[in-house]
Amino acid sequence: MVEIRLHGRGGQGTVVAAKILAAATAKEGKYVQAFPEYGVERRGAPVKAFIRIDDGIIYIKSKIYEPDHLVILEPALIGVIDMTYGLKEGGWIVVNSNKNPEEMKFDGNFKIATVPATKIALKHHLGSQSSPIVNTAILGGVVKILGLCKLETLTETVKELVPIKEDENVAATLEAFELTKGGE
Amino acid sequence: MRKVMIGNHALSYGAKISRAQVIPAYPITPQTEVVELLSEMCANGEMDAKFIKVESEHSAMTASIGASATGARVFTATSAQGLALMHEVLHWAVGARTPIVMGNINRAMAPPWTIWTEQTDSLAQRDTGWMQLYAQNSQEVLDSVIQAYKVAEAVQIPAMVILAAFVLSHTSEAVELPEQGKVDEFLPPYEPEYRIDPANPHAFGGLTGPDGYFELRYQIQKAIEDALPKWDEVGAEFGEVFGRKYGLIETYKVEDAKNLIISSATLASTARTAVDTLREKGEKVGLLRIRIFRPFPSAQIRSILSSVDRAVVVDRNISFGASGIFYQEVKAAVYNEKNPPPIFGVIAGIGGRDVTKKDIIDIYEDIMRMDEPKSDIIWKGVRL
Repeated sequence: MVEIRLHGRGGQGTVVAAKILAAATAKEGKYVQAFPEYGVERRGAPVKAFIRIDDGIIYIKSKIYEPDHLVILEPALIGVIDMTYGLKEGGWIVVNSNKNPEEMKFDGNFKIATVPATKIALKHHLGSQSSPIVNTAILGGVVKILGLCKLETLTETVKELVPIKEDENVAATLEAFELTKGGE
Repeated sequence: MRKVMIGNHALSYGAKISRAQVIPAYPITPQTEVVELLSEMCANGEMDAKFIKVESEHSAMTASIGASATGARVFTATSAQGLALMHEVLHWAVGARTPIVMGNINRAMAPPWTIWTEQTDSLAQRDTGWMQLYAQNSQEVLDSVIQAYKVAEAVQIPAMVILAAFVLSHTSEAVELPEQGKVDEFLPPYEPEYRIDPANPHAFGGLTGPDGYFELRYQIQKAIEDALPKWDEVGAEFGEVFGRKYGLIETYKVEDAKNLIISSATLASTARTAVDTLREKGEKVGLLRIRIFRPFPSAQIRSILSSVDRAVVVDRNISFGASGIFYQEVKAAVYNEKNPPPIFGVIAGIGGRDVTKKDIIDIYEDIMRMDEPKSDIIWKGVRL
C-alpha cells in the first residue's frame, strides 16, 4: 500500500488533485481512498488531502499519520507549518518550486523532486495571476517521480475531472512531467 | 463500470440504479451531496423521478410516506439533527408500512455543533421499527441500497442505509456500478398489494382503539422478523448475480478464534487489519461485523459466541446512563445461553475521534489482561 499526504492552500485544487490521482490509479485496477482533512475548508487557508493506493480492497479507514510520500502544492507553507511530520524515512517530497531539488532544505532523510507548477499553471492561464491552480501541473511531477499510473491514464483522467480548460490542464500535466527535476 | 466516487454519491447512484421514483429531501452537512446529485440527475433527465424540495426533514419524511403509500419507490437521505427532526414520522412510516429506503450519514448530535461521525443519531431511532444497515465501504453502500429495497418491499418495512460521516461520506473510493439491466432483473418494480389512489381518496390511519392497535403492532414485529432470513437470502442472491455476497453479519477468521472483536461499520473494517496483525503475533482472534442492526441477528451472534472464550464490543455510540448500544444488544442476545463468554464493552471514536488499527490492537490487548468485565464501559481514547 502507498500512502501520500498533500499540502496546499484552499483554492489551489489540493483535494481535487487527490481525487484525480485516485481516479487515475483506479482506472488501472487499483483500489483507492482519497480524502480531505475533514472539516471546514476556506480559501487561502492551509489544506491537506490524503491518498491510499493498493492492489486489493483497502480495509483501513483511519487517517494517514505516516505517509510514504509528500506532495507540496504551496511552498510558502514550508517553515510555517511542520510539513514532514510522520513522513517515512526515504520517502519522496514532490514540491512545487522553480529551484533545483538540492536547493530545497528539509530536516530528515528524504528524496526531493521539484516541479515548477506555479510557473506552468500561470503559463496555461489556470486560475488567476494572484491565485493559480497548480493541481494538474503538480500531478505530472508526482506521476513522473512515483509512477503510480501511466502518464496517458493521468492526462485522460485530468481531462475528465477538471471542470473547465481541459486542454490547458492536460498541457500543464504534460509539461510538468517533462520539467520535473529529481530522481535522475 | 468502475467509478471513483465519494460515499455520498454511492448512495445517490444506489437510488438511481434502484429506479427510485420520488425523492423528497432536505440538505444537511455531511449528507448534502447525496441529494445534490440526485436533484441534478432528476433535472437533467438521467433519472425518471420526481425530486421534491421540502422545507424540513420532518416534511421530507412526511412526503416520503405519502409518495410510498401511492405505490412509488421512494428515497431520501439525512443526517443527525435532520434524522432527529424526522423522529415522529419515522414511527409513522413503519405504522403505515411504507418501504422507504433512506440514507443516513452518521454524524454526532449537537450541542456543541459538530459534523463528525458517531452512530448515536441512528441508534436513537432504534425503537421506531426501521430496519438499520451499517455499511463499511462505499461499494457496500451502493449495493445495500438495492438490497434494502428488495427486503423492505418484501416485508413492507422501511430501511436505513447508514454510513460514517467523512470517513465514507467524503472519501473517494473505487466503486463498481452494477449493470442497470441486471439490477432491473434483481429488483423488479414495486407492486404493493394495497396502495392509495389519489383519484379515489380515502381516509387512512384513523383512530384505532385497543381492540385493533395491538394486532397491527404484532404484525409489524412479525414482518421485521421475516426480514431476518430475507437479508441473508437477498445478500446471497446479490452475490450470485453481482459477485459480492452480503449477510446479516460478516465474520473474519472466526473458525478457530478463541477471542472475538465485535464491531460495526468502518470501525469493523479497520478492526479487520488489526486482526491480521494480532494473528501474526499468534493471537487466536477473529472479527464479527454486525451489518444489520434491526432486525438484530441474535441467533447468528449466539452461534459465533458459543465457541469463543471472550469477546469485546467496540462501540462508536453511547446510550447515556447505560453503555455502548451494540454492546447492550450483544450481551442481551447471549444472556440466556449456558456459560456465555465474558463480554467487554469499549467506547471509542466518539464525535469522530479517529480510531486506528493500533487503537484496536490496544483495546484487544487491554481486555486480554483483564480477568472479567468490571464495568459496562471501558473508555478508549478519552482525554481526562
